Amino acid sequence: MANLTFDALEKSYGGYHAVKGIDLDVRDGEFVALVGPSGCGKSTTLRMIAGLEEISGGEIRIADKRVNDLPPRDRNISMVFQSYALYPHMTVRENMGFTLKIAGCSKAEIDEAALNAARVLEIEPLLDRRPAQLSGGQRQRVAMGRAIVRDPDVFLFDEPLSNLDAKLRGQMRTEIKRLHARLGTTIVYVTHDQVEAMTLADRIVIMKEGRIEQVGTPDQVFNHPATQFVAGFIGSPPMNMVPAKVAGGALWFEDGTELPLPAAFEELSDGHEVIFGLRPDDIYPEGHGLDAGTGDIVNLQLTVDLSEPLGNETLLFIRFAGAEWTARMLNPRNVARGERLNFRIDMARVHLFDAATGCSLGRQ
Amino acid sequence: MDRNASARARKLTSRWALNLALFVAMAIICLPGFWIVLNSLRPTVEIMAKPPIWIPRELNFDAYVAMFSGVGQGGIPVLEYFRNSLIISVTSTIIALAIGMAGGYAFARYRFAYKSSWFLGFMLTRTVPGIALSLPLFFIYARLGIIDTHLGMILVYVALNVPFTIWLIDGFFRQVPRDLSEAAQIDGCTRWQAFWRVEFPLARPGIASAGIFAFLTSWNEFALASQLTRSTGSKTLPVGLLDYTAEFTIDWRGMCALAVVMIIPALLLTYAVQKHLVSGLTSGAIKG
Repeated sequence: MANLTFDALEKSYGGYHAVKGIDLDVRDGEFVALVGPSGCGKSTTLRMIAGLEEISGGEIRIADKRVNDLPPRDRNISMVFQSYALYPHMTVRENMGFTLKIAGCSKAEIDEAALNAARVLEIEPLLDRRPAQLSGGQRQRVAMGRAIVRDPDVFLFDEPLSNLDAKLRGQMRTEIKRLHARLGTTIVYVTHDQVEAMTLADRIVIMKEGRIEQVGTPDQVFNHPATQFVAGFIGSPPMNMVPAKVAGGALWFEDGTELPLPAAFEELSDGHEVIFGLRPDDIYPEGHGLDAGTGDIVNLQLTVDLSEPLGNETLLFIRFAGAEWTARMLNPRNVARGERLNFRIDMARVHLFDAATGCSLGRQ
Repeated sequence: MDRNASARARKLTSRWALNLALFVAMAIICLPGFWIVLNSLRPTVEIMAKPPIWIPRELNFDAYVAMFSGVGQGGIPVLEYFRNSLIISVTSTIIALAIGMAGGYAFARYRFAYKSSWFLGFMLTRTVPGIALSLPLFFIYARLGIIDTHLGMILVYVALNVPFTIWLIDGFFRQVPRDLSEAAQIDGCTRWQAFWRVEFPLARPGIASAGIFAFLTSWNEFALASQLTRSTGSKTLPVGLLDYTAEFTIDWRGMCALAVVMIIPALLLTYAVQKHLVSGLTSGAIKG
């Protein structure tokens, strides 16, 4: 186990900057998820930790030791690939024992280590099979087993669940979390799926275009997004956003709608252009919300364009200030298309972002 | 007849038609080989008879006995030719494979300047017919003093085979996912170990095919060998066939017998290596 530090880490390919100087401290035993859209530099960052990609600038330290120029084998890390990358000409046992074989361990030691890992992941009956004879989920377990056998300082996961179907993905997610609880090893986990990041990680690093947008606990990035990008990326369905202007202690929208300026933003000066953001949970038909009872509630009569019943809840699509918004209806009832409902907005839950910079204007 | 029965009948007919077509095709492909074996076992009179005699009247191994009975008794130095062929083919194949593996791996895995031009250049050398090079080669070899030597022939065949082996092996290394080599490096391998323990075993079918092709090219090549070899010490089996031609006669039976002797090792090698040719070894490496 070890901590992991990035110091102004950079990666460029010719003129293209994939990673633009990021700083991060991953504590010993911490589970950190790197998330972001395709091309944000998260996989490149992971590959730099692994030593599979050269570092163009800055420094990576594992257990306080600079590893910039060490080959992958000397970094004491292990990695689970998106493609699993199991050796197809070896059995499961040989796949898991390969690292020890290379290290020159005896056959008895290798077998014992493979068996232990297989026990942890409940794949003992598969030990003599080859990867081609395994299902996707089983391959995933073997890939994790191979990583465990190495007993690394840091586990690296590169979108390990993206090839699995939804149900198996859920199962494996739980399994990874359990594995972390059991082994306590530092984990860096790359994913583009914010649900995986939210459910698994102690802290989430949200990346965009080679830079870190925000680092925080799942609660922090969800409830206090630092930027408009983070607010839009974390949460499903995403946050509703629409441009507005501050004037006379109120928020004015392009279509002339007016909402009172929430108390937390009272010091904003007139004429300030903002992006008004509201999570689907914070706008709901009367009687169908969380009703946390902050008292700062605004009522709006809005027409439902479409509804998506999900069983325990229904997503309602409505038009507000020229944009399509999503509202979450708890304890749902059937809603007809075109039905006009009284929606409640919890103004204490409103997010405002600076329209020019995209930075949050409060609620940090 | 109901529609099911007629569909069944149609399926049966088409299966038989296909079998018949396959039989005819195979017969056409195999007939020359069969004819050579047959002609090596019967007298020249029968071989040359017009109209042709399809069913042999007598079969014997005289040609084979004569072949091995030494010069002056109707024999040719077949063992020497065989030895020359073996030394030249095996050595040139090993060298071509070594270069082909290194080159193929480099083309499949590394980025370097003018990569595609280099590759195209290698492939273009294949468009030059070997015989067109025979005269320039002859002059160069004469200057270097390597005419009529094993070394000379090995060099020619290596040059002939390397572009092809690089091309074939490159394709097979491309099929081996890069993740595997990276996983091996994380598992503690050096780049070289990752190659030998993971990538090489997976590209083995391609390397085996390249080996067979390179060996057969060297083993069967006639045009250049007939120009660049002179003596018993370096003539290969295909050149040895010419020993059966005299000023006015050709010993067709002897020639066919030597051809059979030539074919057998090639067949055996192909048979021995074919188990490595099974493809699909990489299945299960990655998602699926």
